[in-house]
Amino acid sequence: MSDVNTDDAPLSASKHTAAAIYTATESLIEKRGDTMVGRAVTINRPRAELFAYFRDFTNLAHFMENVERIEVIDAKRSHWVVKAPGGRTVEWDALITDEVGGEYLAWASQPGADIANSGRIDFRDAGARGTVVTATLLYDPPYGVVGKLIAKLFQREPAIQARRDLRRFKQLMETGEVATAARTRKQFEEEMA
Amino acid sequence: MRALTWHGRHDVRVDTVDDPEIINPRDAIIKITATAICGSDLHLYDGYIPTMQAGDILGHEFMGEVVEAGSGSTLKKGQKVVVPFTIACGSCYHCGKHQYSACDNGLPADNQDIAQTLYGQPMSGLFGYSHMTGGYAGGQAEYVRVPFSDVGPIVIPDGIDDEKVLFLSDILPTGWMAAENADIEPGDTVAVWGCGPVGLFAVQSAFLMGAERVIAIDHFPHRLDLARKFGAETINFEDSAVYEALMEMTGGIGPDAVIDSVGLEAHGFFVDNVIDQIKKSTFLGTDRTHSIRQAIFACRKGGRVSMPAVYGGFVDKFPLGAFMEKGLTLKTGQTHVQHYLPGLLAAILEEKIDTTFLISHRLALEDAPKGYKMFHDNQNEVTKVVLKPGLALA
Repeated sequence: MSDVNTDDAPLSASKHTAAAIYTATESLIEKRGDTMVGRAVTINRPRAELFAYFRDFTNLAHFMENVERIEVIDAKRSHWVVKAPGGRTVEWDALITDEVGGEYLAWASQPGADIANSGRIDFRDAGARGTVVTATLLYDPPYGVVGKLIAKLFQREPAIQARRDLRRFKQLMETGEVATAARTRKQFEEEMA
Repeated sequence: MRALTWHGRHDVRVDTVDDPEIINPRDAIIKITATAICGSDLHLYDGYIPTMQAGDILGHEFMGEVVEAGSGSTLKKGQKVVVPFTIACGSCYHCGKHQYSACDNGLPADNQDIAQTLYGQPMSGLFGYSHMTGGYAGGQAEYVRVPFSDVGPIVIPDGIDDEKVLFLSDILPTGWMAAENADIEPGDTVAVWGCGPVGLFAVQSAFLMGAERVIAIDHFPHRLDLARKFGAETINFEDSAVYEALMEMTGGIGPDAVIDSVGLEAHGFFVDNVIDQIKKSTFLGTDRTHSIRQAIFACRKGGRVSMPAVYGGFVDKFPLGAFMEKGLTLKTGQTHVQHYLPGLLAAILEEKIDTTFLISHRLALEDAPKGYKMFHDNQNEVTKVVLKPGLALA
């Protein structure tokens, strides 16, 4: 199965989804869903700095807009509370399943998760351009196809969020702030709600 | 504060809205002293730009006085600044290469989706120009919030009249970059389509860069007169056949470089069907795609094509054959305003470039809706409307 693709493209770009997920989960990623999303962003900062910032999960809410809070339980475990459509929240416990400092991090949600998910985030040197950060995410769309559609309508779909969160991570690391077009602090708070 | 807000087709109003505030550390709040209506604002006015919302504050050509600066800003209270229309972070790879209009971080993350879908990658943010370009409030107002204020705004020395430097915000660097993209060599003949502000600044810039002759093409007699004042020869396309005239004026060779600055910049954001609709409904709409075709057709073999005019959708019947067979080079792009500001400010202060000739009307901010209507209805006489919040009502 691992030679399902005849090219060097990332598995997340594969047109043979099931086979690609099979291959992806043969190595680092635990299987927690049937939808795979991959995104890469180049961030003009050193690799070690980016990894260190990301690895401290208390920082993630600074750029993951849908994260209401992340409680760090111990070095490997954390509890996630994330906004869902209709003013609700979804929660899960995440376990770090593998990690090499400065290079990558793999995680998987634990049994009882509202949205099962797993994935890996890789940090790779990109010379004068900084660091390539690649996130690969496996998840079960909330409440199936209909749930995914509703989530998409409310812009809370995990694939959309992953894309936007990576952009915000880049903005924060490169510029020290997350870009907003809000004109007043009141507008800004409404956007964050 | 008072601000010019968009409410729909041909419906702009001066409303009272909440004052802007510092939100991010690198922000500054500018009190506007002068702001201009751009030709591309007319396309918001005409209701052709998608992703506009009622109440949006317009304006991307503006300047003023710093009244508040965030902890990460390098600006000081009381400084006079001109603000680029492109919102760029100064920290990303593209800003490092001075490709400011390609900044990775100027657009809020959520607003990047549309441009990424349309173009493959998102571009920088823009002030006052729909939510596709960020949804940032513009500067046709008493105050404006300027993000990344340590990178964009250029500080103007004391005692310089606003009108001399206001156009650093957009049209002067856009005209300059248009000429730069034409890779002008001494002795060149350069043809410029469109004598709006960008075209007229491209004419001036082309001469400064060593062009021997500039031929300006338009159909508004007053605008052709302005081009002639800077030494350009002119072709009025209502009176003369453009290709035939250019070939004869260049001894059968064609212009060495051609610049398409037919200034309906807003076309940049149109999707196909909207373009088609405009093509049907307006003369300029049909004419402008014609201008790039005509420019490529007239350009000499091995010549250069510069395209400051913004296109965003798809163009019918692009003469790819002529382009390839003649071995032309095309350069284009939204203006990297920040890159050009120091040099152009110096050129203005040394009086190498004149900008004030362009201003035909000066109005109070409260009269802005009248300014839009005037500009919309009479593009021959109304070359540039400058709004001044401090000015008394006419």
